[in-house]
Amino acid sequence: MTIATLEAIPTSYTPRWLTPVLLLGIAYLIIPLVGTSYLFEAILLPFLALSLAGVGLNILTGYAGQVSLGSAAFLAVGAFAAYNFNLRIDGLPILGSIFLSGVVAAAIGIVFGLPSLRLRGFYLAVSTLAAQFFVQWALTKFSWFSNNSASGVIDAPPLSIAGVEFNSAVGRYLFSLTIVAVLTFLAYRLVLSQTGRNFIAVRDNETAARIIGVPVLKTKLIAFGVSSFVIGIAGVLWAFAYLRTVEPAGFNLDRSFQILFIIIIGGLASIRGAFFGAALLVVTPLILSRVGSFLLGDFFDSGVLDMSQRIVLGGLIILFLILEPDGLVSFWDRIRKRTTTRLLRQ
Amino acid sequence: MRMFNKAKLLAIAASLVLSAAIPVTHADEQYFPLQSYRVGPYAAGGTGFFGGFIDYLNLINTRDGGVNGVKLTWSEGETQYEVERGVEVYERLKNTPGVAAWNPLSVGIAYAMIDRITQDKVPLITINHGRTDSTDGRVFPYVFPLLLNPYSETSGIVNYIASKEGGLESLKGKKIVVLYHGSPYGKETIPIYELLAQKYGFELQQIEVPHPGNEQQAQWLTIRRAKPDYVVLRGWGVMNPVALKSAAKVGFPVDHIVGNVWSNSEEDAIPAGDVAKGYTAITTQASGAEYPVVKEIVKTLYDNNRGNLEDKNRIGSVYHNLGIVNGILNVEAIRIAQEKFGKRTLTGDEVRWGFEHLQLDPARVEALGAKGLFHSINVTWDNHEGNGYVTFQQWDGKKWNVVSDWIAPDWALLRPIIEKSAEAYAKEKGIKLRTTEDAVTATN
Amino acid sequence: MLDFDWQFFLEVLIGGLLSGVMYSLVALGFVLVYKTSGVLNFAQGAMLLFAALTFVSLVEKGIPFALALAITFGVMVAIGIAIERVVLRPLTNRPPMTLFMATLGLSYILEGAAQLIWGTQVHGLDLGIDDIPFEVGGVLISQFDLFAASVAAVLVLLLSIFFRYTRIGLAFRAVADDQFAALAVGLRLPWIWATVWAVAGLVALVAGLLWGARLGVQFSLSLVVLKALPVLVLGGFDSIPGAIVGGLLIGATEKLAEVYIGEYFGGGIESWFAYVVALAFLLIRPSGIFGQKLVERV
Repeated sequence: MTIATLEAIPTSYTPRWLTPVLLLGIAYLIIPLVGTSYLFEAILLPFLALSLAGVGLNILTGYAGQVSLGSAAFLAVGAFAAYNFNLRIDGLPILGSIFLSGVVAAAIGIVFGLPSLRLRGFYLAVSTLAAQFFVQWALTKFSWFSNNSASGVIDAPPLSIAGVEFNSAVGRYLFSLTIVAVLTFLAYRLVLSQTGRNFIAVRDNETAARIIGVPVLKTKLIAFGVSSFVIGIAGVLWAFAYLRTVEPAGFNLDRSFQILFIIIIGGLASIRGAFFGAALLVVTPLILSRVGSFLLGDFFDSGVLDMSQRIVLGGLIILFLILEPDGLVSFWDRIRKRTTTRLLRQ
Repeated sequence: MRMFNKAKLLAIAASLVLSAAIPVTHADEQYFPLQSYRVGPYAAGGTGFFGGFIDYLNLINTRDGGVNGVKLTWSEGETQYEVERGVEVYERLKNTPGVAAWNPLSVGIAYAMIDRITQDKVPLITINHGRTDSTDGRVFPYVFPLLLNPYSETSGIVNYIASKEGGLESLKGKKIVVLYHGSPYGKETIPIYELLAQKYGFELQQIEVPHPGNEQQAQWLTIRRAKPDYVVLRGWGVMNPVALKSAAKVGFPVDHIVGNVWSNSEEDAIPAGDVAKGYTAITTQASGAEYPVVKEIVKTLYDNNRGNLEDKNRIGSVYHNLGIVNGILNVEAIRIAQEKFGKRTLTGDEVRWGFEHLQLDPARVEALGAKGLFHSINVTWDNHEGNGYVTFQQWDGKKWNVVSDWIAPDWALLRPIIEKSAEAYAKEKGIKLRTTEDAVTATN
Repeated sequence: MLDFDWQFFLEVLIGGLLSGVMYSLVALGFVLVYKTSGVLNFAQGAMLLFAALTFVSLVEKGIPFALALAITFGVMVAIGIAIERVVLRPLTNRPPMTLFMATLGLSYILEGAAQLIWGTQVHGLDLGIDDIPFEVGGVLISQFDLFAASVAAVLVLLLSIFFRYTRIGLAFRAVADDQFAALAVGLRLPWIWATVWAVAGLVALVAGLLWGARLGVQFSLSLVVLKALPVLVLGGFDSIPGAIVGGLLIGATEKLAEVYIGEYFGGGIESWFAYVVALAFLLIRPSGIFGQKLVERV
């Protein structure tokens, strides 16, 4: 694997913090003014939740090299845990339940990470499916988790922090944005720390890592814990800010695959990659369906169009994997390099 | 690629960023946004239901020129039965002028929409399925589980078994196994079966089949050992044919298996092949193409190549007829609302008023050409189900045949349970219960 | 335990073993591809669906059984070769995870294409075997499952002969043992890969027909891969005998657990129990029953 160990160093002379700060400025100040409800509800909210899940999985898979096919289970754990904390502990602020749900997800993540001590590669990947199916089963089976709701579906509580309501589309967007920004920053700090370097050492060569004194077992479990923590909170955003209702069936294997797609297409071992990947995976199907019905809607019925879209989507994924092995991140960096060198030459 | 002119691409980009809603300027149109699913695991049901719904709307436009001159329009957004896609389609289509009602035919999507449609004041129709306690119009003003909610279905099935055994008293000492899908949907009726078992004194065993249900050896061996008189199949997708096949494998008589509303279609019986012969299932709308309204759809649309189903053999199938009945109910709600508010494009809240006064007695159903297709409906402001009757159909290897009268579920028994659940929801969400006065008018 | 119902126990056990054969059949397709090219081919389920749907639609169009079988086989071989050419060859030497994701994309294409070409209708599939159970000493045994088991046995036998006694089989084993050595002695990898994918297509066809006859031919057919994955973990991704033994073990324990332990959990534990069995086993033997000791990391 020839994946950049750390974020690629920008070629221009702008400071590292400039781009993120600029983007955040736009996200906080401009988008809420110009965005429509469709932009928030159908694009930005799922984008933020999935990006955060991607960041979480990237810590585990991209940095620490442990493949997981059970991400959706941890989304579910987060969502249901937050719901129950909020329901059962009176007066617990919403941020408190969100934090605690991350802790629960982390704990369960560590338990399901135990096989990683003995298993590698696809054996580990398939064994994480145990988490996927067990969690879904348990959440359906024990109706306590859904407050004995006959249908097993739970509803999100209103979002408010210190009396400020975040229930409108823009409000939920700002709420998600803040949580995603904070957690992303922390994840970024983490992968640059000694722990982050341990992750990479374990990924690149476990034996060598052990020889130079990296506590391999501990590092793997930390990776599972941290990753599940982040994914669990992504699950809360998915449930509370985006859909506002959750059923266990929504966290199925396809969702786990979707998150894996996000980090692989976006770029493994890159925090930015998760955002690129999520953007691509959220927006591409929408563009395909719009373009399809706009251009060809008069000639074919919608069934044919939709099935063709599935084929095109599959084809695009394969094409992308072939053409851009290191993900959108490296594609982006290439473009940037080219434009900056051209600018500098002038 | 030259045909992709820049303007067109720009239009696509703009519509993606802003919203697809291209304002329609015609004055008198009523619009149905359709969250259809024609691809993916449940495509067979989706094409049938949305095909029937569109066929009926098309018939009203072609034959009557709309509802009192108000044209019906619609457009589809594919969901693949996935909740997020359903939400995306909702956000995309909700700003189109003249939205009448939403009809997702998906429990998950319906749930995700409850808050949104309540805020936007547009009715959400979940015919034959959906959240049981949304029957309580005091708490859910905009949600309509028309004809049959899951609890009524349970009661209807037990009443049918009783009628076969010679009355409710004969249920005493009988043994019924409920084989349910391992999902919230499957588990929803567990307490109701327990309640009815207690009330009528039959022995009950409820067995779960894990999703997707393509392996049922263990469950059916357990059933074989339990030797029940009847097995109720509360299935879903591939679980249904596999249940019928596994029943044959352990020698359980198929004519003692009774299917629920999600186990009652051609798609559930055909894959099981010959062993499905004799399988009986509940329905609110009879299948078959012999009803006048279906015949008219064939004559007006399919004979002119304007029908929505690709495969004409599916005309009159369970899902197609469900779509047609759904069309009738939506159109009649609009007609009733128009009488009060005027023959023009109605607001969602006015259509809600129409649904809350959707009372079609058997005579009116006959006038609509649907005699025998469905029995009647009687929706009020606080009863959003409308007391639908059920009937039972038996599979003969090729098609379904009605084998029972119209059967009434025990609504009075179920109502208090539903109210309790709805009130708990109201408390959790801080909703004030509606009263009769709140329901008499509508905002425009 | 005195009144333990041995007859019932036997019935569950035999039923479980026979179901296990069906799992093995799906797992076999995975093993063939994984062994030679190191790809965990998630599209195996979609291939199964495609094969069964193609066959059933042809038969319903009035084409005789044998001809339909031959045509479908041809189509599956063509698909197998096309996959190798278009998808895998450009991805040579990429990390296994990338290849896995590519097969996921592939399954979108195959599922979409199957429904686009043949429609979304569900079909019944009658292979001409009555599924009427017969009794041996009070124990019911499914005729169809026995038939399926014998088909699986014949298939495994044929594959073993193919790999043991033909030149290409020898080459296949060489590649499975050591890719670089095989390349060094002049074996043409792409050609062998194409053959293996074609054979995987054949296995998909057989599994698709047998599963199709059990479930009906419909979209959910592609979900049977989930039943094969724990078998793979237990038996080893690269072992044909492992797939067989693993399937039998998983089938039997899963059914016994559902019947005897399930009630303590409230039932429905089959969805994850197989994975737990496989995991527990792996903690003792990390590369499966027959898997090679060397397990490559991703």
